Amino acid sequence: MIDWAEVTPLASLIGGILVGIAASLLILLNGRIAGISGILGGLLNPKKNDVYWRLAFLSGLIIAPIIYRTVHPLPSVSVNAGSTTLIIAGLLVGIGTRYGSGCTSGHGICGIAKLSPRSIAATLAFMLAGAFTVLLARQLAQ
Amino acid sequence: MTLISSFIAGLLFGLGLILSGMTDPEKVIGFLDITGAWNPSLAFVMAGAVLVSYFAFRVAGKRSKTILSQQILLPTKKEIDARLILGSIIFGVGWGLAGYCPGPALASIATGHKEPLLFVAAMLIGMAIYEVIQKIQSR
Repeated sequence: MIDWAEVTPLASLIGGILVGIAASLLILLNGRIAGISGILGGLLNPKKNDVYWRLAFLSGLIIAPIIYRTVHPLPSVSVNAGSTTLIIAGLLVGIGTRYGSGCTSGHGICGIAKLSPRSIAATLAFMLAGAFTVLLARQLAQ
Repeated sequence: MTLISSFIAGLLFGLGLILSGMTDPEKVIGFLDITGAWNPSLAFVMAGAVLVSYFAFRVAGKRSKTILSQQILLPTKKEIDARLILGSIIFGVGWGLAGYCPGPALASIATGHKEPLLFVAAMLIGMAIYEVIQKIQSR
């Protein structure tokens, strides 16, 4: 069943197009893939002449809500996960994205956009694992 | 110049994630909740982003340097191995637990909420653990 009351097709599509423009700029101007886990993770094993573009990109990403707020209120968010769940989830996301060489942006957007079989396989794997985890959590919560 | 373009790309990326609603973990979990009240918003985000960047990657694939004379670095690995799939499954479980993936989490840490901060701190520790394991294995 689709929960239409919570679906935001237009805002999500336009937001997605913005993300696509950002990924396009990074590959066409900097020659780099807009994979967030890779950009962040690369800072933990820094190489010469490979640090500042990462910091610049991440600075832009982090201050985005501050800029957004100057023209429009931020969309409301609801986080149902408690502190322990957030910590476990963060650890798994940190290890898993580095081990699997990418996340929703690197594999799910850039990788699929370049029709990479590796990224398509990775995206299927993390989406299925995510869906299974949500299903299991819903069953256990009942 | 390359720092400015990188900064602008990061900023646009973040603004896009916020506008699209992806900084709301419940919306992301709603997408993964395929047997419950399914929320396909994330599919619209991916469709928009993939459609635009498809053309950029087609252009990038034919060049070796960018307009700013930077080398274009595209992944060369082709094989689908256990590392890729196992890593992605571990990521997927964490993603499903909290509803955060790296991009939206980073685009939320300056909002003043403590949840994304906690998640990002744990994620950085997870990435550091990976680096330590890599160093031990390469000895």
